[in-house]
Amino acid sequence: MRAYGWLLRLLPVSFRSEYAAEMGAIFARRRRDARGPLALAGLWADAVRDVATCGARVHLDILRQDLRYVGRSLGRAPGFALTVVVVAALGVGATTAAFSITDHVLVRPLPFPAAERLVQLWQAQSRDSMSRVELSPANFRDWQRTSTSFEAMGAFNRGSDNLVGDGEPERLDSAILTAEVIPLLGTRPLLGRAFTPEEDREGAPGTLLLSYGLWQERFAGDPGVLGRKLLLDDEPYQVIGVMPRGFHFPRRETRLWRPMRLESGAFERRDDLWLECVARLRPGVSLEKAQAEMRLVAAQLERQYPRENEDVGANVVKLRDQVSQQARGLLLALFGAALGVLLIACTNLASLFLARALERRKELAVRAALGAGRERLLRQLLTESLLLATAGGLLGVLLALAALPLVARLVPNALPIAETPALDLRILAFAALMTLVTAVGFGLAPALRSLGDRAAVGLREGARAGSSGRERLRSLLVVAEITVSVVLLISSGLLIRALVRVQSIDPGFEPAGVMTLRTTLPMPKYQPIAARAGFCASVLGEVRALPGVTSAAYTSFLPIVMGGGIWRIEAEGHEARPEEGRTASMRYLTPGYFATLGIPIRKGRDVAEADTAAGLQVAVVSESFVERYWPGQNPIGRRFRFGLLGGGAIGVIGSFQDRTIVGVVGDVKVRGLERRSEPQVYLPYRQQPENSMGFYTPQDLAVKYTGDPGALVAALRRIVARADPQQPVADVRTLETIVATQTAPRRVQVRVLAAFAAVAVLLAGIGIHGLLAFTVASRSQEIGVRRALGARTADILDLVVRHGLRLAALGVGLGLLLAYAAGQSLEALLAGVSPRDATTFAAAAGLAFVTALGGSLLPAWRAAQVDPLKVIRVE
Amino acid sequence: MAEPRAEIEALLPLPLATFHILLALADDDRHGYAILQEVARRTAGELKLSAGTLYRSIQRMLEDGLIVELRERPAPEEDDERRRYYRITPLGSAVARAEAARLSALVRMARAVGLAPGRA
Repeated sequence: MRAYGWLLRLLPVSFRSEYAAEMGAIFARRRRDARGPLALAGLWADAVRDVATCGARVHLDILRQDLRYVGRSLGRAPGFALTVVVVAALGVGATTAAFSITDHVLVRPLPFPAAERLVQLWQAQSRDSMSRVELSPANFRDWQRTSTSFEAMGAFNRGSDNLVGDGEPERLDSAILTAEVIPLLGTRPLLGRAFTPEEDREGAPGTLLLSYGLWQERFAGDPGVLGRKLLLDDEPYQVIGVMPRGFHFPRRETRLWRPMRLESGAFERRDDLWLECVARLRPGVSLEKAQAEMRLVAAQLERQYPRENEDVGANVVKLRDQVSQQARGLLLALFGAALGVLLIACTNLASLFLARALERRKELAVRAALGAGRERLLRQLLTESLLLATAGGLLGVLLALAALPLVARLVPNALPIAETPALDLRILAFAALMTLVTAVGFGLAPALRSLGDRAAVGLREGARAGSSGRERLRSLLVVAEITVSVVLLISSGLLIRALVRVQSIDPGFEPAGVMTLRTTLPMPKYQPIAARAGFCASVLGEVRALPGVTSAAYTSFLPIVMGGGIWRIEAEGHEARPEEGRTASMRYLTPGYFATLGIPIRKGRDVAEADTAAGLQVAVVSESFVERYWPGQNPIGRRFRFGLLGGGAIGVIGSFQDRTIVGVVGDVKVRGLERRSEPQVYLPYRQQPENSMGFYTPQDLAVKYTGDPGALVAALRRIVARADPQQPVADVRTLETIVATQTAPRRVQVRVLAAFAAVAVLLAGIGIHGLLAFTVASRSQEIGVRRALGARTADILDLVVRHGLRLAALGVGLGLLLAYAAGQSLEALLAGVSPRDATTFAAAAGLAFVTALGGSLLPAWRAAQVDPLKVIRVE
Repeated sequence: MAEPRAEIEALLPLPLATFHILLALADDDRHGYAILQEVARRTAGELKLSAGTLYRSIQRMLEDGLIVELRERPAPEEDDERRRYYRITPLGSAVARAEAARLSALVRMARAVGLAPGRA
């Protein structure tokens, strides 16, 4: 019988208390009648089925009733219902979106099997520094041979190739890999096979793997693409495989992969740093152990090659942790902001539910007195909380879905992951849990208390002001809301100032009215200097003749587009100290470049067509170059030369003879607006050496124009096609766009954080309004009495508004303190704006006060409308 | 006996268990177990209501006003302390009658097309 009693616990309490005894009696009689174990077993089976189905049905009946009741009761309080749903939706939406993206970029394992064992290896500039520099092929080979911590180690480098054949010529992001890389990542091609070690040897015929996206777009997903020959930069390659859809390596944009095929000559020098290195740790080997071993390996190589490997260390970094410090800080800030919004949303919900519970004390007490079971009343309240939380949660998820595309732009490009994070079940569960806990916790707890032994008290007290303790709790919640919103306001204010500051940085050139595009010349074909110069001259000649074009020029790399190309400099009459690391960025140019980009020529002249290989080797340098080597002197006619890292001999490469300075120009932010740039050296394009430095062949065309950019671009494409029909045109965009890419992440970041701050402020305003409205309503008697005793309208207004402002002052004070203390963590994102910027702090405080005032006005006005006679008569 | 037509219509068709409980209470007040026995007797053991179905039906019938729980108990010698007794209400009778009429109309229709025994 006891077992049957337990079974009956499946039934709702209200039903059980009515009928459990009877059901038990019936069961007892039937058991007595049951003959034999078989009949008894049948009886039990029936009983279990009966109670389970009956329980489910009764629960459902009750739920239906409660929903109807809750619907009616919420219908009488639509303001409450709407506010709760919107507040919950904002909290859930913000948190879900921010959590999705943070999880996607920082937490979730990369999309490779056992990704936690994947690491990247870097050379360190000095033995103990954490710097990350590429490896030379020779060092890579020795690391690979001597280290034991890794299951496999491979090298890669990113680049781009001109793909010709099968449609328009196209410039594609590509990567070259050693044969180890794809197996060690744990991925297999979707079609075909990966590279064999034989294909990764010097002189092996070209093979390539396509990305899924390229296969779909260019070859319509045709499996027959295997074995097809394609031309990359005029060299034939055979397609041997297609990688699966989610495979991104080393970056998201990589479209095809080629074997590295290192030449024997590549191993001759150890200061030629260009390989990136990826490895898989052996199972059980920790990152620290691998790091310790690599330090030893590096030290041993230093002993072996004391000159080239002087002070070269090694760093092991988890592939997952390659995210830049700034991106990481940004995402954490975003996540913090979202948590702040959720916190505010939850305090608001708590406050709303507390107020409602207090308002309904009388109703609940009456119903309890009329015999409604405590369990049924609680169940109804729970249904209400759950209903509102569910509606809010669903709306929140929709909000998050709508916000994800915006937030997804914060995902750094340089990661081997997809761009858009998916909303997944864990995140949904997280958001749902947050709302539920809040709604249930604050919806039910006060009700539980007022339903307890003090139900009668509630009846007596009527709906008059609740206990002062509860009002203090609500005030505390409002103060917390204001605090958080002040912190968020200050953070976004600081980021806005940082954005303004970055946008006002002078890049050193005039980005307006300049169209740019890239024609990367494929190498064996354009090896002869005459061929390159011929192409440039032919294109430029026609472009300059176009209507609306004032000037045009070719350069190796436009500023910002490429920050590298850094060389060591040895200047005449300047004692080079080895620790100086004196370097400059180097570019080849056609004449007219400075005019096109609006870079002022301070002294001397531009490079000229007459500066040929046969003539004097000349250079134009930037002002900071002069400042460094010949401060206060006339640099024209001075000489310098390019050195090599490690202080090796000069003149290894034919063109590296002394250069004579013929001109000085203004400095340019080569590395982008927010970074320090090396001084610049510009060399005439006709003085580029014939057989080396192919990487520096002028490829970026800049055109200064007025008029319709669309027509201009069409004309430019026609001109390039006439010069070489197989030459692809890539990266068509204005110089303004290029500069804007510099601030794009900041603009997104500001927009997102400002949205969070706006939501926070709005919620805080709602919170203050809710609290004061409730206080006024519950104190209307007191207010009536005061009025009757002669208080003027102004006094009443003052009473309410002052209450609001007192809370605001407390919240603002705390918020300022918190923001002041937390400022340091934002510093990395602020581009030099002080994290304790007084103007921003003052503005945030002001805005918070205005919000508080705004939230107080309506309740204050209502308080002033209180008719003393009416309220006193009510009781 | 003037139960509003609409109120009765809203309850039709009756769940099978409800109809049988009304039939069982038609001639006498009974407690739960007695209802089960009466239903089993009338259907010759064909329909054996389970305890859960019985009391869930009773709860709904009470809410709908088809039956009432008796305050006064039967004569002491017939009474069983633990038992609750139920009595059919005028509304209950009206609803049972309406359901019976609905069912016999159905049977007539079936008979008309030769799907039920008896004359059309």
